[in-house]
Amino acid sequence: MSDPILIPRPEGLYCPQGDFFIDPSRPVARALITHGHADHARAGHGAVLATRQTLEIMAIRYGADFAGQRQAYEAPLRLGEVTVSFHPAGHVLGSAQIAVEAGGQRIVASGDYARVSNPSCAPFEPVPCDIFISEATFALPVFRHPDPAQEMEKLLASMRAAPERPHLIGAYALGKAQRVIMLAREAGYDAPIYIHGALQRLCDYHIEQGVPLGELRPATMDKAEAGGLREALVIAPPSAFASPWVQRFADPVIGFASGWMQIRARARQRGVELPLVISDHVDWEDLTRTVTEIDPAELWITHGREEALMRWAELEGRRARPLHLVGYEEEPE
Amino acid sequence: MRDFARLLERLAFTPGRNAKLDALADYLRHAPDPERGYALAALTGELDLGRAQPAVLRAMVGERVDPELFALSYDYVGDLAETIALIWPGDGEPGALDLPHVVETLQDTPKIRTGPVIADWLDRLAPSERYALLKLATGGLRVGVSARLARMALARLGGPSLEEIEEIWHGLAPPYRALFDWIEGGEKPERAGLAPFRPVMLSTPIDREGLDALDPAEFAAEWKWDGIRVQAVAEGGERRLYSRTGEDISGAFPDIVAHMGFEGALDGELLVRRGDQVAPFGDLQKRLGRKSPGKALLASHPAALRLYDVLLWEDEDLRALPFDTRRERLEAAVADLNPERFDVSEVLPFGAWDDLAALRAAPPQVVIEGVMLKRRDTPYMAGRPKGPWFKWKRDPRLIDAVVLYAQRGHGKRSGFYSDFTFGVWEDEALVPVGKAYSGFTDEELRRLDRFVRNHTVDRFGPVRALSPALVVEVAFEGLNRSTRHKSGVAMRFPRISRIRWDKPAAEADRIETLREMLDGGED
Ligand SMILES: [Zn+2]
Ligand SMILES: [Zn+2]
Repeated sequence: MSDPILIPRPEGLYCPQGDFFIDPSRPVARALITHGHADHARAGHGAVLATRQTLEIMAIRYGADFAGQRQAYEAPLRLGEVTVSFHPAGHVLGSAQIAVEAGGQRIVASGDYARVSNPSCAPFEPVPCDIFISEATFALPVFRHPDPAQEMEKLLASMRAAPERPHLIGAYALGKAQRVIMLAREAGYDAPIYIHGALQRLCDYHIEQGVPLGELRPATMDKAEAGGLREALVIAPPSAFASPWVQRFADPVIGFASGWMQIRARARQRGVELPLVISDHVDWEDLTRTVTEIDPAELWITHGREEALMRWAELEGRRARPLHLVGYEEEPE
Repeated sequence: MRDFARLLERLAFTPGRNAKLDALADYLRHAPDPERGYALAALTGELDLGRAQPAVLRAMVGERVDPELFALSYDYVGDLAETIALIWPGDGEPGALDLPHVVETLQDTPKIRTGPVIADWLDRLAPSERYALLKLATGGLRVGVSARLARMALARLGGPSLEEIEEIWHGLAPPYRALFDWIEGGEKPERAGLAPFRPVMLSTPIDREGLDALDPAEFAAEWKWDGIRVQAVAEGGERRLYSRTGEDISGAFPDIVAHMGFEGALDGELLVRRGDQVAPFGDLQKRLGRKSPGKALLASHPAALRLYDVLLWEDEDLRALPFDTRRERLEAAVADLNPERFDVSEVLPFGAWDDLAALRAAPPQVVIEGVMLKRRDTPYMAGRPKGPWFKWKRDPRLIDAVVLYAQRGHGKRSGFYSDFTFGVWEDEALVPVGKAYSGFTDEELRRLDRFVRNHTVDRFGPVRALSPALVVEVAFEGLNRSTRHKSGVAMRFPRISRIRWDKPAAEADRIETLREMLDGGED
């Protein structure tokens, strides 16, 4: 293989022939962004190329002037000496894998991706490539996420069993919150769902983009009103649970929707009474299946449990290397 | 296994005692026999399934999963059973096995063959059931369900009351079919064993001001001895010594049991007594720690009962009689018993409350922790009725708190978990109220350390979070209001005055007790 067309640098993956970074963790002149999660999409770049939805999400989160120039991806394009194309990643609304091609070599930076069906975005598209760059958020064989519908059934069963207690579910603002709402709707829960103020604009945006969320009400009522709330589903970002906002609810059941909830100690650490294993990342089986399916000549591994995936590659006789990029969180908001 | 696995999950994540009770009662109401009986026994530690060793489990999983991937996973998850449950290949099928089959097979399987049996089951079960199975097979079901909590859940099923259940509990064996039949309207089970436990009558705290509302002539006063409250029952040749929650502790006190040559049920304080001298609580603890004490300990730490009450005597149930009458009967009864092992708690002479206050201020022995007040005209009532019995504890301020976190100590205690954060009940949760350590003896230190390691539910660096199972008596000099503490109070010079191995966490003090101390304005 000739010299790779992407090089890991401390601030992110750099493409010398196109002079751009992918998901850089520090402000750069030109950035290509896979999706709107805060650790992939940061404000302050000179120019940003991303899907239209990712650009709009960034504008919601950071303000319209989050970058000097914004360009929405429409079709494959040339940047310097390389060709760049975006492909669905199945992770959150607007999420994409970025394929970079030059001199007969193709690298796919998949960002974060998932293989389970998610009605808010197009399903992950396997793109044949020489080098596949994969996240490793849940790359341990203990992560085998159950069917999300089954987890939603667990939530609804708990609501039936304790109808006098409002159910407060922690979910990250972009993607997970809407996913939980959609799963509730798919399971036939059609009462209004209460959302924390920090979720309002992103939920509105999902609705605008044609993602049906049903009737949402702000969970910004005062203590007296919230104290009277009984049979209610309330979604809030995890940070809200450490704040006095929670105190307004009488005897709530605290839940948390995350792939991490598969590990008991994690759930207990957060004081979660109702752990819901709902993830927007690939679990171990989906991850290894995807790599096998794409069958790249080389696997590059980024944020997460790189060691276990390296070991798996070794057992499979695959070439693999960890990238050790900095600045990515375990499961960003 | 599916419902049992779900129950375990609910119990593990539900912080509230009441919610735990709900979950348990809900399960017991719906699960079939004999599954629910086995589940109950498993949760309360009454089921002995032989204990699969960790090495056996590791070898088992080593045949299915790459050892390095397993090691990385175990390192991350931190719990062997959980790691195996999650990593075991295949999806199994929910509900493929039922609990009675698993329990009965484990009971019948020689230890050497448990490995392959468990491996075969793991192939068939879904992941959450695998976890339940492994916890069952390794004896590691620690979800905070005591036998007492289990009985309370049974009492919620709408049949017999808690007191009725406690009366027949001893002598019942898993899977408790007769018990469930009774709960569902069948016949009350014959007492399977003689000498059952009778629910104990407990007191409520009072202070000097509270006494002003009461007429001293209506009350008898006794010293409150610093031992443990017990019930000695002898019927038809069967002799049993029960703690006040109904746990059978006869085995640890053969010196008492040997002298229980009577027919009846007596209520008293278990003490270590040398002649007239009652030994400090620590001496009694030494005895409590030994399930079968040796001759030397029996000689150096002789146990005795200081009797408070008589419930039954020679086939007559005396509980409905007023205190004064029971007291006469008690004195008559004790006359025939070995005075080295049994004596009667003295009734203190006093006219006005201030006389009693003077007595209380200068107790004749240090092992006295205050005075008890008992209304002369009231029967012996199970539970903690408000009004007939009061305890007026000595100073300083003492509360019984539950140990929540433990941290490794320094210096002499290096490597031992000896620094504790403790809490009291607020509604159904425990709220931390202070941090302390005490001058534990070396033996106590070791026992505490072992307790901490066996009851860890979480770790944060050097700190371990514990399941709420250990009560400590915390002594402190005063109480300040505090906005920094979630509880709203801060203790001055708190120290752990003793460890209450005998006291259930549910009976630790409540935050209201502390707040009342604040309102008392003594600080
Ligand atoms: Zn993401
Ligand atoms: Zn990410």
